[in-house]
Amino acid sequence: MPSEQHPILEMRSITKEFPGVKALSEVSLTVNAAEVHAICGENGAGKSTLMKVLSGVYPAGTYTGEIVFRGEKVEFKDIRSSENAGIVIIHQELALIPELSITENIFLGNELAHRGVIDWVEAKAKATELLARVGLDEDPDRQIKNIGVGKQQLVEIAKALNKDVKLLILDEPTAALNENDSQHLLDLIRGLKGKGIASIMISHKLNEIEQVADSITIIRDGKTIETLDIAAGEINEDRIIRGMVGRSLESRFPDRTPNIGDVFFEVKDWTVQHPQVAERLVVKGSSLYVRRGEIVGLAGLMGAGRTELAMSLFGRSYGSFVSGTIVKDGEEIELRDVSQAIDAGLAYVSEDRKVLGLNLLDDIKASIVSAKLKKISRGQVVDDMREYSVAEEYRKSLRIKAPSVDMGVGKLSGGNQQKVVLAKWMFTDPDLLILDEPTRGIDVGAKYEIYTIIQALAAQGKGVILISSELPELLGIADRIYTVFEGQITGDIPVTDANPETLMKSMTSARKRVQN
Amino acid sequence: MSTETSSTKKSGGFADIKKMFGGGQSNLRQFGILGSLIVIILLFQVLTNGLTLSPTNLINVVNQYSYILILAIGMVMVIIAGHIDLSVGSVAAFTGIVVAKAMADWNLPWPLAIVLGIAVGAAIGAWQGFWVAYIGVPAFIVTLAGMLIFRGGNQFIGQSTSVAVPSEFTYIGAGYIPDFGPFPFSTGTMILGILGAAWIVYNEWHIRRVQKKMGSTSSPVWVSVVKVVLLAGVILAAAWLFATGRVGTSFPISGIILVALVILYSFITRSTIGGRHIYAVGGNRLAATLSGVKDRRVDFFVMMNMSVLASLAGMIYVARATASGPQDGNGWELDAIASVFIGGAAVSGGIGTVIGSIVGGLVMAFLNNGLQLIGAGADLVQIIKGLVLLIAVGVDVWSKRQGRPSIFGIWSQRRKARAAADEPVLESSGTVLPTNDNASAESLRS
Repeated sequence: MPSEQHPILEMRSITKEFPGVKALSEVSLTVNAAEVHAICGENGAGKSTLMKVLSGVYPAGTYTGEIVFRGEKVEFKDIRSSENAGIVIIHQELALIPELSITENIFLGNELAHRGVIDWVEAKAKATELLARVGLDEDPDRQIKNIGVGKQQLVEIAKALNKDVKLLILDEPTAALNENDSQHLLDLIRGLKGKGIASIMISHKLNEIEQVADSITIIRDGKTIETLDIAAGEINEDRIIRGMVGRSLESRFPDRTPNIGDVFFEVKDWTVQHPQVAERLVVKGSSLYVRRGEIVGLAGLMGAGRTELAMSLFGRSYGSFVSGTIVKDGEEIELRDVSQAIDAGLAYVSEDRKVLGLNLLDDIKASIVSAKLKKISRGQVVDDMREYSVAEEYRKSLRIKAPSVDMGVGKLSGGNQQKVVLAKWMFTDPDLLILDEPTRGIDVGAKYEIYTIIQALAAQGKGVILISSELPELLGIADRIYTVFEGQITGDIPVTDANPETLMKSMTSARKRVQN
Repeated sequence: MSTETSSTKKSGGFADIKKMFGGGQSNLRQFGILGSLIVIILLFQVLTNGLTLSPTNLINVVNQYSYILILAIGMVMVIIAGHIDLSVGSVAAFTGIVVAKAMADWNLPWPLAIVLGIAVGAAIGAWQGFWVAYIGVPAFIVTLAGMLIFRGGNQFIGQSTSVAVPSEFTYIGAGYIPDFGPFPFSTGTMILGILGAAWIVYNEWHIRRVQKKMGSTSSPVWVSVVKVVLLAGVILAAAWLFATGRVGTSFPISGIILVALVILYSFITRSTIGGRHIYAVGGNRLAATLSGVKDRRVDFFVMMNMSVLASLAGMIYVARATASGPQDGNGWELDAIASVFIGGAAVSGGIGTVIGSIVGGLVMAFLNNGLQLIGAGADLVQIIKGLVLLIAVGVDVWSKRQGRPSIFGIWSQRRKARAAADEPVLESSGTVLPTNDNASAESLRS
């Protein structure tokens, strides 16, 4: 198929800054008409920010650089104006309303109305036609909640087609789909290309990209690294991975000589179901162990099941438990709820400190003691004096920047909030700390301090499981790294043998499972 | 460091007095509402030519509103946990009729009748708590159902008629501290007042001592002195008024029950693990459960506790009215809920104090009482109460949203600019910042 080689979209030197962070720096992207263009990069590389600039979520004026779409310079004020121009973005979390029918969803916000009265007969006929175009054989009157995720994805595309889309942006379109649905969707995207609709696809699944994309732009640290032409050159997964991770590792990590003891925590054949969808296993037969004084990394892409694994270990706070055992200090233990997990010496620092980690209405001192009030209480009565002095100790030792521990945690910066969360869990005297993205969204200086804290905890003989999406971080401070892919542990690599390429390889495929 | 010095400055003086009434984190609304209460009392004192603060009237206010205030204590805990209870009036009425019937038909002695009433409240509370906590039905629905069920239950048991209670029982609703001693005033009331004032002095001294020991900054001595003199003065003055009323009257028993409950529940909510858990669940349920808090137990407890307090309120009301009737407790839930919100609780949960709710309840009580004294009709009283509730919460919601352009835009922006020097640095996300810039730019232009 001879592809038309004129660009439909050009983004030139896009720079987008947030206070203190340059999310995008001079990023350029050219998408040709009638092609599927993949954007690859690590988590946090700037892919979504770029798409938000393109779709008008960040309106013109909040970034610098220019966007040329179909030969004209455009400045989108909001999503509506980008949609009117023919750019439709389909997010990972689908924007459909479960209680409404397929037809109602397709025309939501674009109702087929005559003088304010919706013509449902016409709408239904049009919906049937759109469903046929996306290859979905389904009654347009069915409610969205009654059809599967794969079909919902197709409805989203039908909705986009109704808006006369010229450029479709798909953010991780197959993340929640099974093999068959994924294949159907990928075929459809390729088919749309033939009908003059270009697509931008963001995906972590490199095999899918290889399969459908015509060209690939790789973004790293907010910069365009390269654009690879699949048709022209020899592109394989290894080549893409090299582009994604090929950054030099600066000495951003404190020095440390690990002092590793015996295995004290072991998980065997851990299997967990999705909380709503019973047939979906989010963690499948995973086994791992942690030694005293060891920092164990858990590497995996978004949605791989790392957080789900961690939370389900932590008193079954995620999903429904299916099978598996936990052995701690040679004894099999059962942790049915969070308070049992805390009592057993586990701590889980969640990846979302504002939603899961802190009560933002609390002050620093109340937050720090909140996970083990018993420790500063006589009977049921909380001792305010001990609360204050304990909190004051942590404020000093972790250098939490606040004038006093009476200050509300909602007013602290991200790095200091994270220190409060760490203090809260250190206060519970855990043997094993599970840290889920502990440095997400905090600046470099604070990151260094957090690493120091983590290493100090390990030096005390505690075990640490560190979940991180930043490979350099794992390589920098972990002693051993497990890779997770689709709920399974696909690799157990000592850090001395690990490099970004090998990690990325076992993070992106189950088949290339590391054989020991 | 500049933030350090400015905030130490801030924590002295005015802010300290404010903190005393507003709990841990300074809560502007709670402090504002205490000011409003004083203004309302003084206003009506003038309008009624001194009738408002007369012994007889104060005793009246306590007798008439103690049961609403008791409900407000339970309600604030329910609301902090993020729920609501619409059934309290019906639960009170139901308990009232059960207790009245038990005494009339079975000749149950009144102390046992009170125990029975509490047990009925506990059972109802367990029922509603079960639906809220373990089935997961929103408390609004559960208690709306309870409102119907227990109102109907009252009328079923009482055959929609009034049932009188024996005179010994009326003591808890209409009794006073008995007279003793040689003085021409109620000795018991004055002793209580002096104990209260002494406790205020001791508490302040204790706080200062602890602060000194911990090496944390205490407020200046004059602040403590002003605080103690003001509070102790108010308590002693109130005690004097109650003690010097008509012969045979003094501080009402229902008031003593109320004060005891306020002290007990302030302690529970502020200083116990369970109390902390209520705030934790209301403030961020997910974070609380991930910290080991059993949120369902908290939900169950607050709902059960509310019904127990409602049954107590119901018995006090019946004791005062000397009979239990089919319309008892109508609309109480609304007064209790209004008291809590006027008193500084947040609609979304996590914020509120027992003391604040009592102050909010007193605002309602003195408004009601004052308007009645100056001869306003029930129609006007309702309109004014409604407006007060709306304005109290409206001011709070608005003050949390500062930075958006509004009719108060310029004023609020100026205030913000002045406050900016004092406030510690906030981390602002990229999307918020431009909006604020626009807002200030707009207000400068206009």
